[in-house]
Order: sequence, then C-alpha cells, then structure tokens
Amino acid sequence: MTGTAPLTPVLTAHWDEPDSFTLAGYERTGGYQGLRKALAMSPDDVIATVKASVLRGRGGAGFPTGVKWSFIPQGDGKPHYLTVNADESEPGTCKDVPLMMATPHTLLEGAIITCYAIRAGHAFIYVRGEALQAVRRLQLAVAQAYEAGYLGKNILGSGFDLDVVVHAGAGAYICGEETALLTSLEGYRGLPRNRPPFPAVEGLYACPTVINNVESISSVPSIMTGGADWFAGMGTDKSKGYGIFSLSGHVSKPGQYEAPLGITLRELLDLAGGVRGGRRLKFWTPGGSSTPLLTDAHLDVPLDFESIGAAGSMLGTRALQIFDETTCVLRAALRWTEFYQHESCGKCTPCREGSYWLVRTLDRLEHGKGTEADLETVLDVGDNIIGRAFCALGDAVPVPISSAIKYFRDEIVQHQKEGGCPFDPAASTAWAGRK
Amino acid sequence: MPFSDEALTRLRADAADIIGRYPRARSALLPLLHLVQSEEGYVSEDGMKFCAELLGCTQTEVAGVASFYTMYKDSPAGEYQVGVCTNTLCAIMGGDQIYAALTEHLGVDPHGDEHHAFVSADGKVGLERVECNAACDYAPVIMVNWEFFDNMTPDSARELVDDLRAGRKVTPPRGPGRLCTWKEASRILAGFGDGQAADGPSAGPASLVGLELAKANGWTAPAAGAK
Ligand SMILES: Cc1cc2nc3c(=O)[nH]c(=O)nc-3n(C[C@H](O)[C@H](O)[C@H](O)COP(=O)(O)O)c2cc1C
Ligand code: SF4
Ligand code: FES
Repeated sequence: MTGTAPLTPVLTAHWDEPDSFTLAGYERTGGYQGLRKALAMSPDDVIATVKASVLRGRGGAGFPTGVKWSFIPQGDGKPHYLTVNADESEPGTCKDVPLMMATPHTLLEGAIITCYAIRAGHAFIYVRGEALQAVRRLQLAVAQAYEAGYLGKNILGSGFDLDVVVHAGAGAYICGEETALLTSLEGYRGLPRNRPPFPAVEGLYACPTVINNVESISSVPSIMTGGADWFAGMGTDKSKGYGIFSLSGHVSKPGQYEAPLGITLRELLDLAGGVRGGRRLKFWTPGGSSTPLLTDAHLDVPLDFESIGAAGSMLGTRALQIFDETTCVLRAALRWTEFYQHESCGKCTPCREGSYWLVRTLDRLEHGKGTEADLETVLDVGDNIIGRAFCALGDAVPVPISSAIKYFRDEIVQHQKEGGCPFDPAASTAWAGRK
Repeated sequence: MPFSDEALTRLRADAADIIGRYPRARSALLPLLHLVQSEEGYVSEDGMKFCAELLGCTQTEVAGVASFYTMYKDSPAGEYQVGVCTNTLCAIMGGDQIYAALTEHLGVDPHGDEHHAFVSADGKVGLERVECNAACDYAPVIMVNWEFFDNMTPDSARELVDDLRAGRKVTPPRGPGRLCTWKEASRILAGFGDGQAADGPSAGPASLVGLELAKANGWTAPAAGAK
C-alpha cells in the first residue's frame, strides 16, 4: 500500500449531504465532469484509461473492467448494450443499495461514460425490486439527467445518443448471475445460460453486452477525473484503487468503510470499535456467504483479491459479516445453505438436489441427531456439486458448511454429543446484554 | 375479478408506456407483472392474461415467469406486507426472534410455509420471511412494502405491526415520509414514480460511519494528480 490514509472516501464522500442524490447536489461536488472529459476523448482512449487504472470488477469476481469492455466487438453493425448489475443480493453485501440511494448520479455518470466507450446506445439498470427508495432515486436521477442533456440525443453536443432504463427485478438471487440477469431482462424465468458465448459477444438479445456491478461503474467517473495513475496509486500491487468495505454483525459500529484495497480486517475492526462488547471474533466472511469463512487467524490478511485467495477464500464483494464467540457456526452454515436451496433456480441436478440434501443433513446435525458419518456425507455431497453445477451459485452451495467443518469440526460434532445446539441464540442478538 | 373497462383503458396506456422502453416487447414482462400487481395486489389469472395478450405469448408462459419470482404474489398480499429478514446475519442478530414474535402476535402458524405470505383476515398486514435485503449493517432488518425498517427488536416489530393495523402513521427511517401501500409500491416498481424520491435522508447512520470517521480524522483519498 502507498502512504494513503486508512479511509479514502471517494464514492461515499458526499453521502452525508442532504441533497447528494439530486442533480444539483451532484454537480456542486464536481458531478458530470468525468463525462465531459470522456466525451472529449475517443471511446478507445476511455477504454485504455480504465484498463490502465486496473479497476477490477466490484461485483465479486474481480475481472478487470477495461479488459471486459475491450472484448466488445467494434464495427459489427449490431447494437451494443450495457446492463448494470444492481441486483445486490449476495448475503452480507450492502454497499450498492446505499450508493444508489445517496448518489445515483455517480452510477448514471459512470454508465454514460461506459456506453460511450463501448458504443452502446441503450443501458439497463437491473435493480433489485426490494429496495424501493433506491428505485425511486434512480428513476429521479434518470429523469433529471434527460432534462439536463446528459441522456437522450446528442449528449452535451457530442453527437452521442443514449437511453437508460431503470428495470426493477422481482426477487430472485440468481438474477444477479450475469447470464441469468440477461434472461430475466429479456422477460423470462431467470435461468443462467451457457458461456461461451460470453455476453460480450452474445449478451442481451444475442448482441454484444457489458455487465458490470454498480460499484465498478460508479468508480469510472473518478478514474476519468483523477486519472488512471491516481486510481492505481491506491491499493495493492494487483488489487488497485479503493472499495467500499461493508462491516455487519457483531461489531461495535457496523456500516460502510471506504478504503484502499489491501486494508486488513484488524484495521477495519479497530476503526469500527472492535467486536461488540470486547468479545472474541469467531468467524467472518470476507465477501458474502459464497466466500469461504475465515477466523481470527486471518485478521492480518490484506483484503485484496490475491491475499484472500491465498488464505483459502475470496475477496468477493467485501461483505464482512462478523460473528463473535456467541454464534453457532452450524446454525449459520445451515441458514446459508437453506438460502441457496431456496434460490437454486432448479435448472441443474447437482445444485437443485444437492442443496436439498445438504439442508436435510445439516438440519439433523444442528438438532443433535446427526452422526459423525453425516459430516463425511456433507463433504461428499459438496464435492459432488462443485464443478458439476451449471453456474457459480451451485459452486457456492457447499462453501459455508465445508469451510465451517474445516475450522470448527469439533464444535459441529459437539451438537451430537449434547443432543442439540450448545449455543444460546439469545446471546447472539443485537440486544443481548442491553436493557 | 376481470378488469373493468376503465381499468383496462388505464392499464393499456401504462403498458404501452412500459413496452415502449424496451427494444423488444418481451422485456417488458417483469414491469408489466409489477403493473398488474399494482392493480389487484397480486398477479391474478386476469393479470396474466392481460400481459400475455399484450406480449403475444401464452398465459402459461406468463405464469411460468411470475411463479419464478418471489415478489409476485399468487394471492392478495397485505396492504402492508411485512418481510422479516431471516438470512443468516439478521437471523443471528435477532431476526429469528423477531419472526417468532410476529407469528405469535399475528397468530400465524410458525411452521407454515416459511416463504409464503400470511395475510391477516382484514387484509391489512401480510407477514413473510425474506432473504438478505442488502441492509446487513442495519441488522436485524424488516421490510414493509420494500422500505427498510432498521435495527429492529421484537418489541419494536410488534409496535410497527400494531401501528400498521391501526392505520397510524409509520415512517421508514431511510424512506419517504409517507409509507406506500403494497399496490402503490408495485406501481413504482413498474416504473411510475410517486413523487417521493426526494423525501427522506440521503443515507442512514450506518452508511455514514466510515465517512464520519474519515472526516473527523482528516483522512481523504490522495488529491487527483498526486501519485
Ligand atoms: C448467484 C450469483 C449472484 C450474483 N449476484 C450479483 C449481484 O447481485 N451483483 C453483482 O454485481 N454481481 C453479482 N454476481 C456476479 C455477476 O455474475 C458478475 O460477475 C458481475 O456482475 C460482473 O460485474 P463486475 O465485473 O463489475 O464485478 C453474482 C454471481 C452469481 C453466481
Ligand atoms: S447451479 Fe443452481 S442456480 Fe445455477 S443453473 Fe444450476 S440449479 Fe440453477
Ligand atoms: S442478512 Fe438481513 S439484510 Fe443482510
């Protein structure tokens, strides 16, 4: 890390202003200057700048954003599309919704720049429907942007035309998966599609399509105004720039902390007042429930793609769910597995049936009726899902329980010995110890 | 109940507006389902028929799509649809206790189909469990008609439900001053704003903790141009 401050608000810098979500509020703080700069450049130069910043996708997988854009074929005569993935449903992830509530124009400005770069004339913001105020704020921002000439025909006199549609989803975690999102946006059940062909070649309506996360797209205006070197000057060697880290659970001050990639959980916990009540950290997710659990042995692992990968997990969406020693890890893993079972789209057998059987077996274990052999069954079922499922949701199904077994095998076995869960759920609640 | 002529005229005009947003009409199906839900509080047979006719597909196809998504209801939802987040983080922070308290309070079978909505006899309040709603830093969280109610307890949840049942004013801490009904919320999701976008705060307290800390310590991102 370079000598930057521990927290570096860029995306979050104006969230405390009462009109940050309005066009006037956004323009007052330098809004749409990145767009003006981009429009004065050639589309290819915009792509080159984003490439040079080494911005990597903030939706989980960390694919370099500029590289993704450069896969869009040019001069192919087909319409190109941008779909912003605003479905934010990965358990633990809670950064895109507040961003869209507080500064929807940042996302919009990023989307306009992106469309200019990839030569798209139509963009869709696929926003989860279960966040009504975020939907309203996006709708307002789009209307204001049309009125001000940032959208529509001949944007700011550049000759570039763009229409943006806010499209509210209807409740389905799988629609965050990029190909399922496209199927859903075309008006069907949200089932994933085969890749290849990748969306950059055959995406929405079989036309070249870029799909990026809200935070990825929202980072683009600052890269335009600050420059690629400025952005790449923050973060670590291969994980550059800033990102929003979301702390939730048993921490004194849960919330959003924007910092250069590579900050550690120990540093973040220090900033957030530590684990609540001075208790011990037991386990945490670095990036949502689909990323293997880590423990207090991993407090000093830099939160960047490489280091968290080397520690046996994934950076994912930087959704740091913190659980202290009052929490039953089996209860947590069971609930996440139930989530995957509920959200499995059912298209392929390993995920649909595997998640079903995992839930049954884990439920038995949690209620003290399991056997040690059940643990082997659980691991075996998990091994048979991973690599055989049609999409990454399936690969995530066994993640919570297999990582729980890795670190807390004894505790899981303890359930059987005690004939039930040894933990008091009341002790884990937000209000435990209050009153 | 079949739509009245008045309703059909109105819905057709709205539907034309929706379909016009998309390069291909079929993409309008999700917003159209939100639209018919805004009329009846759920997606009825008539609602599906309406969508099918407009998009030139079969009602069965529409039913297949509607049943895939949890936000579309196949029977009337409550005027205020209460969703308790019981995904892992909220559950552990007290969402399980809140859900249990509300089932008892409302007389719902706690072992019924967990994700299926219960609706009170007077149609005022529906109760369901919801998955992580992107608000874990405010756990435990309750949604009412897709507005956030943050940092809930069993007591505050019971009070909330009582207020909703009694028609008392309820204000979502990160939403507008006036809580929409379920039907009104569905209409917003179909793309027709209710003019309340500018109401309520830019961000809630937990969204601001990092920014406030940075400001108090004078921490900023490097100046542009600096390396
Ligand atoms: C089951 C599943 C759910 C996902 N949900 C989201 C989501 O809600 N938001 C998101 O941006 N990416 C989500 N993703 C990742 C997307 O498929 C995709 O990688 C991402 O949107 C690409 O954007 P980025 O390159 O900007 O990160 C999900 C992936 C899977 C497998
Ligand atoms: S892995 Fe699961 S979610 Fe993905 S396609 Fe198969 S059944 Fe559907
Ligand atoms: S777990 Fe309840 S909002 Fe995320």
